Amino acid sequence: MTDLTKLGVKAIRDGVRSGDFTAREVAESFNAAVAEAAELNAFIVTTPDHALAAADAVDAKRAKGEDTGSMGGVPIGMKDLFATRGVQPPAPSRILEGFTPEYESTVSQNLWDAGAGMLGKLNLDQFAMGSSNETSYFGNVASPWKLEGSNQPMSPGGSSGGSSSAVAARIAPAATGTDTGGSIRQPAAFTGICGIKPTYGRCSRWGVVAFASSLDQAGPMARSVEDCAIMLGAMAGFDPKDATSLQMDVPDWEGALNADLKGKKVGIPKEYRMDGTDEAILASWEQGKEWLRDAGAEIVDISLPHSKYALPAYYIVAPAEASSNLARYDGVRYGLRDLPEGAGLQDMYAATRAAGFGDEVKRRILMGTYVLSAGFYDAYYTQAQKIRTLVSQDYEKAWGQCDLILAPTTPTASFPLGSMNKDPLTMYLNDVFAVPASLAGLPAMSVPAGLNPDGLPLGLQLVGKAFDEQTVLDAGLAIQQRAGFDHAPEKWW
Amino acid sequence: MSVDKQTVAKIASLARIKMGDEELERMVPELNGILDWVEQLAEVDVTGVEPMSAVIPNSLRLRDDVVDADPQTAGGKRDAVLANAPAAEHGFFGVPKVIE
Repeated sequence: MTDLTKLGVKAIRDGVRSGDFTAREVAESFNAAVAEAAELNAFIVTTPDHALAAADAVDAKRAKGEDTGSMGGVPIGMKDLFATRGVQPPAPSRILEGFTPEYESTVSQNLWDAGAGMLGKLNLDQFAMGSSNETSYFGNVASPWKLEGSNQPMSPGGSSGGSSSAVAARIAPAATGTDTGGSIRQPAAFTGICGIKPTYGRCSRWGVVAFASSLDQAGPMARSVEDCAIMLGAMAGFDPKDATSLQMDVPDWEGALNADLKGKKVGIPKEYRMDGTDEAILASWEQGKEWLRDAGAEIVDISLPHSKYALPAYYIVAPAEASSNLARYDGVRYGLRDLPEGAGLQDMYAATRAAGFGDEVKRRILMGTYVLSAGFYDAYYTQAQKIRTLVSQDYEKAWGQCDLILAPTTPTASFPLGSMNKDPLTMYLNDVFAVPASLAGLPAMSVPAGLNPDGLPLGLQLVGKAFDEQTVLDAGLAIQQRAGFDHAPEKWW
Repeated sequence: MSVDKQTVAKIASLARIKMGDEELERMVPELNGILDWVEQLAEVDVTGVEPMSAVIPNSLRLRDDVVDADPQTAGGKRDAVLANAPAAEHGFFGVPKVIE
């Protein structure tokens, strides 16, 4: 029998549906692969029984001749930011120690309803704050990729680094991610997989640990564009429990996939050509233009003049929202409580939060508290929100000239763990190409373009108009077909 | 603008995060590095620009006026709500004595 762990979402679902293999066989294969891969530290907790139970339910449905669902028989990894009933923790922070969700997030429930099962909860940067997976309370995640001729552990990107590592290592066919300022796209690019952040509001935020609510958006990570289209279809949908959920039908993205881009115009933002950008990244961008031209698209130069201000604006808006969202962790309602001898209520709050949050989380809470404090609010927060409007207007103007935008996903390929975390600012710059689309709430995807001279994957980013995930996916498919990226990391774990 | 140790101590206190001297001293240059960098936002002319309030146009909805319409967010969940509390007592969240 073929090695089932080589298969992606579509191949598994279709194979189970047609009876080539059972969902139980698939779940057992992936459970075994997960158990072997502890060295990657991609999973915080494994849930083999959840995967098996979901598989058995799918096999039983098939035996009765019932529809097995759009994700039927596909075991996935769940980023540990989604509440899953009865399974600890989430959010890779000590502050939620001992917390076991009493309810299920809407996105995870949607996936179970579509026939998926859960292999386990995937590691991430603490509260999704990080770009390298070095801020989790449960330790760093290693990428399955290595620099050619080196044994150094490499970063899988962040914050969805457990997700990217697991999918790239073929220990999960797909995984959920969340993207606040690049947390799906950057790790996807670092590990040679696909990942899409849909339009803000497509996927419900109910039951997802909040970081920056006006930016947080869930999406799928998988090894092909088709697999992302299938899984996004299962995750998305209106949810009355999320006030910012889009009250719109979910299109049949999978069914409408079409790599013929005739009549489409692809914008190339001139501001993304920055001094010091890696040569290999620029070469892959040029190659991407060729591929899209070959698929029938017309390439046009565009300008997004406020691009350079997007990242600093993000580092005001996101910490401001985080400082407010994370105020709920007070040692009273859930998670950790640190009550020093003789301490009062205020001392308990301060001691609990000191013990529970990691350094990067504290830094962002302090930044957020400062920019929202009396006397600084207008100079920082209001100014940043105005610049967010300008960034969004840049895109509105660009849509007069093009249907989607092509850019690199990241300014560099992956880097060794521990090499970038000396200065928070250097790490933040990793998301320079990813953040503008987040500020504007637009759908954006990363697809693998090839390997750099060091043998590390590079990603190309596609950004579309609001609600137009289809064009993003179609262009992603066009690149996928031409890039022929079938590299897999050599197994060392 | 930049912050000194005293300001960081004030912010940490507002954010209810206990910080020792050493930690405060470490945070000062880190926060100043970030503040210096975001300072460039001041050079953008924002005359007549409204601050963003909603990233994707969306209208606020009212739900139907039905009691407990969605069982997941309905009432009667006291035990589930308290299940993760570090110190639940008598059906309430327990906290250290507040009134002397």
